[in-house]
Amino acid sequence: MDIFLIGLIAATLRVATPLLLGTLGELFAERAGILNLGIEGTMFFGAFVGFVVGGATGSLWLGVVAAIVAGILSGLLMALLSVQLGVNQHVSGLGITLLLVGLSLFGFRLVYGEPRVPPAIEPFGRLSPFGQTPILGPLFDQYALTYIAFALVPVVWWLLYRTSFGLQIRAVGENPEAADAAGVNVFLTRYLALVVAGGLMGAAGAFLSLAQLGAFTYGIIAGRGWVCIALVIFGNWDPVRVLWGALLFGGVFALQLRLQITGLQLPYETFLALPYLVTILALAIAGRNAAYPAALLKPYKRE
Amino acid sequence: MHAIQMRGITKRFGPVVANDHINFDLEQGEIHALLGENGAGKTTLMRILYGLYHADEGEIRVDGEVVHIASPKDAIRLGIGMVTQHFALVPTLSVAENVVLGYTDGFRVEPQAAQQRVAEAAARFGIEVDPAALVRHLSVGERQRVEILKALYRNARILILDEPTAVLVPQEVEVLFETLERLRQGGLSVIFISHKLYEVMTVCDRITVLRDGRVVGTVDKEATSQAELARMMVGRETFGVTRQDGRPQGPVLLRIENLSALDQKGLPALKEVTLEVRAGEILGVAGVSGNGQTELSHVLAGTLKPTEGRVLVGNEDLTGADPARISAAGVGRIPEDRHEGVIGELSVAENLALEYLDEFVKGGRLDHRRIRQHAERLIAEYQIKASPTDRTRTLSGGNMQKVILARALSRNPRVVIASQPTRGLDVGATEYVRSKLLEQRDRGAAVLLLSEDLDEVLALSDRIAVIYEGRIVDVLPASEADVEQLGLMMSGAREGTSARV
Repeated sequence: MDIFLIGLIAATLRVATPLLLGTLGELFAERAGILNLGIEGTMFFGAFVGFVVGGATGSLWLGVVAAIVAGILSGLLMALLSVQLGVNQHVSGLGITLLLVGLSLFGFRLVYGEPRVPPAIEPFGRLSPFGQTPILGPLFDQYALTYIAFALVPVVWWLLYRTSFGLQIRAVGENPEAADAAGVNVFLTRYLALVVAGGLMGAAGAFLSLAQLGAFTYGIIAGRGWVCIALVIFGNWDPVRVLWGALLFGGVFALQLRLQITGLQLPYETFLALPYLVTILALAIAGRNAAYPAALLKPYKRE
Repeated sequence: MHAIQMRGITKRFGPVVANDHINFDLEQGEIHALLGENGAGKTTLMRILYGLYHADEGEIRVDGEVVHIASPKDAIRLGIGMVTQHFALVPTLSVAENVVLGYTDGFRVEPQAAQQRVAEAAARFGIEVDPAALVRHLSVGERQRVEILKALYRNARILILDEPTAVLVPQEVEVLFETLERLRQGGLSVIFISHKLYEVMTVCDRITVLRDGRVVGTVDKEATSQAELARMMVGRETFGVTRQDGRPQGPVLLRIENLSALDQKGLPALKEVTLEVRAGEILGVAGVSGNGQTELSHVLAGTLKPTEGRVLVGNEDLTGADPARISAAGVGRIPEDRHEGVIGELSVAENLALEYLDEFVKGGRLDHRRIRQHAERLIAEYQIKASPTDRTRTLSGGNMQKVILARALSRNPRVVIASQPTRGLDVGATEYVRSKLLEQRDRGAAVLLLSEDLDEVLALSDRIAVIYEGRIVDVLPASEADVEQLGLMMSGAREGTSARV
């Protein structure tokens, strides 16, 4: 197979990893009826916390765990605001994003001051189960987190469609009154969904700072959280279909990186914008028949 | 043996006392009716029993033991099940998933196994459902059966049914009654909330009548009559409006020809509907909810463009006209959802002026004095209990409907389109709305009445059209129609026999 193509596919899987983690997280939240616009900030916070803890302790995995805990805390805050207090989900989500981005930047200054070169750490190494074998070797030359993210797709599917937890999530996202009347604890279910969602979003951020970049920069998330929200719609709230969405975006992103170095006489921003344009296009086509969870955006209150 | 004893139950919503020291007993193995008008406190009392509301005062005993019911979960554990008026089902889930939801043992839920268990339960209780079907594909009657099965699956010994027949066609009602009788013989106790005297007298053993949040009395079926129950319920012997038959009718004022339209999903909702309404008559359109009534009213209001056909008012072709033109042509509309007919955040006076705003503009500015005078006149004329400056959303359903009536009817329209004009209103407001519609008819307007309440259609109409799956099954004079025949047509079981109009 063409070396260019294999390189492209391998890069696609890498680029798709944080999107997949974030999208699966957002999917949990939205299936439970909560649009979590805190995703962008939560990923940023996860990237920061993971980087600091990973750097300070010297254990990258401890960094990942810390990022997941940070994400869970963000999910709990979202739950407190939107589930418990019934605050408008747009307001609480955007508020959390603003808060966590600001908090991370502030923390970054406290820890690192204002360095000229972004601080870096030795990132995760890649697993290469097939070594230098042609085709399979480079294809499977991936981070452990990438393997985990792709393995999570069937796990999330199983959780949603084959367990009582998933049944309760789907029920509270479609008709919380019905779920309540059937004896489901709507509040607890939504809390749990947001906790799982937050953990996945935190891990998505940690992948960027601890694996892909090995550094923390102000533009590390670069709107990936918003892309995740689009991908959830693109994937029609189905864990398998969001996988294709993440791969599509990842593929275009990987492609534009390669186009940048082909020497085409275009400003590089044009290439950078390409994945986002494709997202808008894909969303405009696939989003037309989107079947939103019926209770999305609606706070639940017992009368 | 008492299955349930409720003692001194009081529930307040702000200044309103919904339940005022209510005592209620349910015997084991009886079907007990809770009878009363809308707003009498029946549903509130049962929502307390099911843990959806919490009583401010009072005590509940189940099987003689004092219990505290904080949530439906507690109620379910005590063997109480409730089928609410708005079904508590998740439309995107299957029947089996809905039944086991919140009542699963273990973490794993395998669709096959769940369907198997639900099928066994359905067979045991004699309830016919397909466990694999998605709830959104089911008819209203089927959904209700799922709800009942859901309660029984949770080992309910006491079943609360809130107005179970309101959404059913007569044939489905019979099936429901047979099911209830069978379950009762199996030892189930049933609380049957209703405001329909005939039904209560048919299925129930005892009847407790509520009025204004208080118990008027509890009577045995054997020892009472419909007339006595009606008196207990409304505080007077008879009620209802009377209609005079056999008036001469004028020219056709509203003509609908071969009208077809799509619903929101782009599926055909109206199929070649042809209707004529003459001056001085009420044409009632009977049908089960969701058979094209909504789309028909939207087309006639100008908010939905038909794909085919014509709408004529007098000689004016209004096909596809916008709402302003339709209104100017002398069509008064009472929309299906009264919250869509008014703007809740605007005052009563502003809502009353909204449709004819041009008349209240002076030099580009609103003439507030005239808007207010206009409102005061209509408030007096239509007995609206509100002041012109009240925000409309603070009004009760009946008063909100009067605002809409005042706006639609005060211009003496040639044609009146009334969709579900009394849905959710109490007896007093219902009577008022109906009398106003009859007044319009007697004045010489052509009235098209779209209603899911068969009694209402029968009480008001000169002629009755039955709509089923977007088609007019038949049009017949009200004098020739009876409930059973209409019910059959409404459920699609039978095509009409007389010629189409």
